[in-house]
Amino acid sequence: MSTAVMTAPISAPREDASGFTRDRAIWGTIMLAPYVLVFAVMVVYPVGYGLWLGLNWNSYKALFADPIFLRTVVNTVIFLFVAVNLKFLIALGLSGFFVQQRPWIRFVLVLFILPWAVPSIPTILSFRVMLNPENGMVNQQLFQWFGIMEGPGWLTDPTLAFAMSIVVHIWKSLPFWTLILITGRLAIAQDLYEAASVDGANRWQQFRFITWPSLATLYVTSTMLSMIWTLGDFNSVYLLNSGGPGDLNHVLSTLGIRYMRNNNLDLGIASIIVAMPLILPMVFVMVKRLSKGAEA
Amino acid sequence: MRKFLDEGKLILIAIPVLIWTLLPIYHLFVLSISNQESMLAGKLWPDNPTLQNFQIVFNQQHYYLHNFWRQLFNSFFIAVSTGLITLFVATFAAFAIARLKVRGGRTMMNLALATYLIPAAFLAIPMYKAMGSYGLLDTQASLILAMVALASPYAIWVLKQASDKLPKELDEAAVMDGATSLQLFRLVYLPLMKPSMVVIGIYALLLAWNEYLYAFLLLSSEKAVPLAVGLGLFLSADDAPWNLLMAAGLLYAIPPAVIYYGFRKNMVGGLTSGAVKS
Repeated sequence: MSTAVMTAPISAPREDASGFTRDRAIWGTIMLAPYVLVFAVMVVYPVGYGLWLGLNWNSYKALFADPIFLRTVVNTVIFLFVAVNLKFLIALGLSGFFVQQRPWIRFVLVLFILPWAVPSIPTILSFRVMLNPENGMVNQQLFQWFGIMEGPGWLTDPTLAFAMSIVVHIWKSLPFWTLILITGRLAIAQDLYEAASVDGANRWQQFRFITWPSLATLYVTSTMLSMIWTLGDFNSVYLLNSGGPGDLNHVLSTLGIRYMRNNNLDLGIASIIVAMPLILPMVFVMVKRLSKGAEA
Repeated sequence: MRKFLDEGKLILIAIPVLIWTLLPIYHLFVLSISNQESMLAGKLWPDNPTLQNFQIVFNQQHYYLHNFWRQLFNSFFIAVSTGLITLFVATFAAFAIARLKVRGGRTMMNLALATYLIPAAFLAIPMYKAMGSYGLLDTQASLILAMVALASPYAIWVLKQASDKLPKELDEAAVMDGATSLQLFRLVYLPLMKPSMVVIGIYALLLAWNEYLYAFLLLSSEKAVPLAVGLGLFLSADDAPWNLLMAAGLLYAIPPAVIYYGFRKNMVGGLTSGAVKS
């Protein structure tokens, strides 16, 4: 016992430590391997293959000669700008509503989250049927209550139909971002508000000088993330109206798939690569932000 | 700020919020209990509410619903497989990166994050192409693999953040006692990570259950597709029996809603705190 105590402290821990370091390196590699494999098979190879297919100059010429593509680019920009900003303004306001401490508001929040919690297929198709200009519930009710014989062509008028896909997109993703902003608001110290109201600050001033400064970073980060994901929103456009009427309402994510389904894979790939200069800087910034967040 | 708003004003906000949120879901429900006539009349409430639609769905008595039970099972199988495999892949990876500090771990983490941030609809086309060259098209393995690839980055990231919060002293003490990496994983790490792992498993499971685009691209035969794609088939008809679709759609939407509400506290906390940390 006593000899062990005298000799062990100097040599044993070192041996253990270096033994453990080796053990650590080996097991670390083994345990990371499954994901590396998934990444190689499902990301590296497909993306590499896609880029290689994208080297064909002619497909870009064909792409830019396609009037549907040009229309789609404009659509995508409008969709992104309107949907993301509208969604975040509403989410910002609603998060202020949901942080009010009332039991019934907590119950409203539970219902409010439903669109996010249930799958897209049944709910977006429900929108599709509800907005059907002839026998959908909305126009039928407009007729019964207000005697409007021909209600708006919700899904047949190109502009209106496009607006409706933005509505569906907001309906689906609003709960998530509202939750995020609620978390942000709850993190603000309450005594700041108390001190401000003692000093006679009105509600706007409280928002302007307390809420907004604390939320701004979160708001901007979330907006950027949401922009990237909104760009990839296939369901709101496709399931509501299949990119119609007359292919006028596609966004890049549905158009790529449409090209592919029409055996025009090269155009599909090209339409994605064209979007990369927009996406990659955002992805780069976000990766930096998120991995920094992980350290803090 | 709290005290300025009185009850009346709050209710004035709550009513439009609830109408906005619930209208399409209410409509879904109303159609599912409507007969053909009430449905085409766009009634706010059907004349003779009926459960017949559900009966037709259960007995698979319509052309579009011939494989209802099969497709429901497919959805279940694909979702559970994705959940389990993602959990396996992501927990190992997070442990290797956060606790074992494996070389290259951080780079891998950033690459994974980049995958998470690229819109899934954009990865779909190259992934479809790759599945073709692997010869996996129209097999459920292709969809499960794709969903694991889509779910893992976020899973790893959330688990890594949770791992970083565990005190380092725990590992040090265990190593002092002569624990190997594997023992550290099994005896120290796993028990402490259980709550986060539940969240991540459910996240991946729901992601796969709800997925439409990838399922619709990668799978085509009626017996292999999950219910989401089966329901999407209704889109190909002009005068589809929407009431049947909504009955089947309601059944499809209930499991994720139940799971979500069952685990609401863990999910919202676990996902949102991780989702956007600035």
